[in-house]
Amino acid sequence: MATVLVNDIPVDIGDEKLNCIQAAERAGVTIPHYCWHPALSVVASCRMCLVMVGEKKPDGTVAMQPKVVPGCQTPVKDGTVIQTLDPKSTGAQQSTLESLLLNHPLDCPVCDKAGECLLQDYSFQFGKATSRMVDEKNTPPNKPNIGPNISLFTDRCIMCSRCVRFTREVAGTAELHVVQRGNHSEIDVFPGHPIDNKLASNVVDLCPVGALASNDFLYKQRVWNLKTVKSVCTGCSTGCSINLDTNKSVVYRLRPRFNPRAQGHFMCDEGRLGYHNVNSALRFTKPLERTNSGTQAIDWQQSVAKIDQSVRSAAQTDAGKIWFVLSPFLTTEEAWLLASYARSISPFCRIVSGPVPSHGVDDNYPKDRKGNPSTNPVKFTIRAEKCPNRRGIEAVVAHFQKSPATFADLLAACDRGEVAVAFVTSGYSTAFPAWGTETAERLGKAGFLIVHDMLPSALSDAAAIVIPAAAFSEKDGTYINHAGLAQTTEAGCVPQRGARTDGQIYLDLLGRRGLVRAIEIRKEIGKAVPALAALATGELGEHGVFVTARA
Amino acid sequence: MSAYEPVLLRRLGKKECQSIAGYRADGGYKTLERVLREMTPDQVTTQVKDSGLRGRGGAGFPTGLKWTFLPKGHPGPVYLCVNCDESEPCTFNNRVLIENDPHQVIEGIILASYAIRAKTAYFYVRYEYGFGTRQIQKAIDEAYEAGILGNKILGTDYSLDIFVHRGAAAYICGEETGLIESLEGKRAWPRIKPPFPAIEGAFRKPTIVNNPETLANVVHIMDRGIEWFKSLGVPPDPKNPRDAGSYGPKLYCVSGHVNKPGIVELPMGVTLRELVDKHGGGVWKGRKAKGAIPGGNSMGVIPESEFDIPLDFNGPGTVKALGLGTAAVTVFDEETSIVDVLYNLCRFFAHESCGQCTPCREGTGWMLKIVERIRNGQGRREDLDILEEVADRIGIMPGTTICGLADGAGWPVKTAIRKFRPEFESYLKEGTRGGVRLKMAGAH
Repeated sequence: MATVLVNDIPVDIGDEKLNCIQAAERAGVTIPHYCWHPALSVVASCRMCLVMVGEKKPDGTVAMQPKVVPGCQTPVKDGTVIQTLDPKSTGAQQSTLESLLLNHPLDCPVCDKAGECLLQDYSFQFGKATSRMVDEKNTPPNKPNIGPNISLFTDRCIMCSRCVRFTREVAGTAELHVVQRGNHSEIDVFPGHPIDNKLASNVVDLCPVGALASNDFLYKQRVWNLKTVKSVCTGCSTGCSINLDTNKSVVYRLRPRFNPRAQGHFMCDEGRLGYHNVNSALRFTKPLERTNSGTQAIDWQQSVAKIDQSVRSAAQTDAGKIWFVLSPFLTTEEAWLLASYARSISPFCRIVSGPVPSHGVDDNYPKDRKGNPSTNPVKFTIRAEKCPNRRGIEAVVAHFQKSPATFADLLAACDRGEVAVAFVTSGYSTAFPAWGTETAERLGKAGFLIVHDMLPSALSDAAAIVIPAAAFSEKDGTYINHAGLAQTTEAGCVPQRGARTDGQIYLDLLGRRGLVRAIEIRKEIGKAVPALAALATGELGEHGVFVTARA
Repeated sequence: MSAYEPVLLRRLGKKECQSIAGYRADGGYKTLERVLREMTPDQVTTQVKDSGLRGRGGAGFPTGLKWTFLPKGHPGPVYLCVNCDESEPCTFNNRVLIENDPHQVIEGIILASYAIRAKTAYFYVRYEYGFGTRQIQKAIDEAYEAGILGNKILGTDYSLDIFVHRGAAAYICGEETGLIESLEGKRAWPRIKPPFPAIEGAFRKPTIVNNPETLANVVHIMDRGIEWFKSLGVPPDPKNPRDAGSYGPKLYCVSGHVNKPGIVELPMGVTLRELVDKHGGGVWKGRKAKGAIPGGNSMGVIPESEFDIPLDFNGPGTVKALGLGTAAVTVFDEETSIVDVLYNLCRFFAHESCGQCTPCREGTGWMLKIVERIRNGQGRREDLDILEEVADRIGIMPGTTICGLADGAGWPVKTAIRKFRPEFESYLKEGTRGGVRLKMAGAH
């Protein structure tokens, strides 16, 4: 049992290896820092975390070191004393901040980072209100084309070198580096080698100031207008924990949220920039019915009634000809509700998992300098399986269907003309489709095709009824990633223009009253399905829970 | 003192002073042969440690003590890096050694490598020393041919390879961890310590970094013994408990406004006045000296009235300069403006700051901007206080930077202002009239 004294507050750190910043955090004391990041190597160069450190001897006396030390580089042990309020500590912090602002343009009113900028925050908390600098500032030119997704505002940079270390240590491709010396130092790339690796945009999150900006988000929103909810990226089966930033039900930005159980600190650009479907103007907003006279919008009550009616009438002849396809983009709760509906019609309705889009192979980072796979320990993986919830859907299907059919069986049955009703849920990303036009044509041979999707496609063109699906940003629910980690996602937006969430439609089909509440359904699933018993608590916490023992 | 016979420079100017034949004719490599056959590495280390030899690179760290910091029984490899990135302005003692007597340095390298059990030594030489690089390379090639380097040196079991690495001309490469980073092919950003290079240095292996002049001294310590070495120089100052004494011969460089700039070898402890007047031939053009930089730019400036300090490791500290440094004395005469001196010093450090730590990166640049403004006649009285405060708070001594470059950048500024404040103040008064108008930018 090791105890550290932070500003006279005792903190028990157990046998963990911590530095002063981490130990102080346990005590609720912030030691300001820029260059230090838990996922990167320690350089101790920003000199923001300077604190007075000493040792409490067994006889109770405290021996302080004579000068400030960088908290990020100084490990703590039993008896370590950290003084962040000592005049030497605060003086060092103040003078570091004054130095950092010497050549900083202070263009906060036009800076994207304003509002979530550590230079602003620390200046307010630890800095001085005025500067003694009256000379001209350095004004290095901006570099808007440092990468396809990234702009560099060179003059705002405080040279913490987090971005440089990220490209070297996590991405491995080492595009960024420091050029020049002294206060003319700049971040730069080699000519013809922009920062374009698949993890590149993480440098924007890592940048403590507004030097590195995402071109996707640049000048779109002031961050204090954004509403942030905890969500999960649906780009691949890694299931990165994310913060979803929205304003007035428009998604503006995805940012990685630290989750040691899922992905760590980062996320890939495919996932980060893959949200644009959500804001697409092409999305369905009303249920559509296709009749001989053409396609027309119908209202929600009608569509639910029509689906129910067609399914029930088909069930009277042969329920085995009714197929439900559960897409791996559905949340576990939605899949559960739709499968429950299928079972409420007839025990012979067939429930199958939708096809899993798999593109390429698992993409591991760090790479080597040329972008080829390296033998270094893997720090981040972009998975080939481009859907968030294969395992959740499979668990639900296995629960309802003792001898599971497959999607291929459905296609074969379509070819034989043995499908009376097919209810196909989709929601696949347009970048990584699960089927082509050929599959859509085969599904179109079903007697009555119901398609539940966000965007028009060959499949929706063949459907008798199309109902609009909600995007991941619009629904609450649970995704189970490749490793069996169940994470909850929260709705940051309301579905567009009066649309309904998938869960609500299935609840209506089931004839259950009221509004869908994911947490209640989650508890229901946890009680009913032994494989998903971990969901029974309802709240899964910020980092999620594993539904199975980890391999 | 005038009877002092040079040791390190004894072969300077001789006809064959650069070749291995000449060196051997003067008794060279005999010490090496004797040591390799008769002494263990630990005995060598002990002898160097007991001699009280302190590093000639600037900081004056006891050399033998540094060698004992290596992990005991390390399976190796252990490296020796020779720091010939002699980039302190006005310093050329190593240059003279490697250009004129490279074999003396090589013998020192082999002895030191033997003592620390290194099988590989890197000779890091600054880019500007083109002739020196070729000289040392030639000498190394000769030594390989003569069986003094390579496998089984002189028929003993000890083997050593020396590689010459030419830097790319940056002051920061003279900082030992900056040198190691540069040697590894990286940007020369000094490393955070601990771990010190003796524990984890070049290629993450234990490494000792020494100056060529230090290594040349090792040859003579092994040759002539501890008593001889301790008979030269100054014993520890009883008033300064941290002074470990300044023994042995030292190469002093004299430059600036003197009649006879050059290098002179003397026992430690010669006074600055003697050095300037006697060995430097006095101040040029019959003028008087205004002040001098006692040991390389980073040590600060001292006025003429303080020229009686002894130039040993303790002396400059007694008049509140940083230290002996590289013992490169630069004199400026009474007609030189101290503002110009300071401007030049600040420009050097702002240009050479590596840019890693915030206080040094921004501090050196800011100090330069202020001094430039003062020089252009736009100085304010409070600027002097700001300069002093900034100079005081940057560096490894207040703990705000990783390496000592920032201390070296701060000391000239604070010593100049503290010791020449009246001149600065009168410059501020006069300079604001008729000065060039500089653009001033408002801050927040």
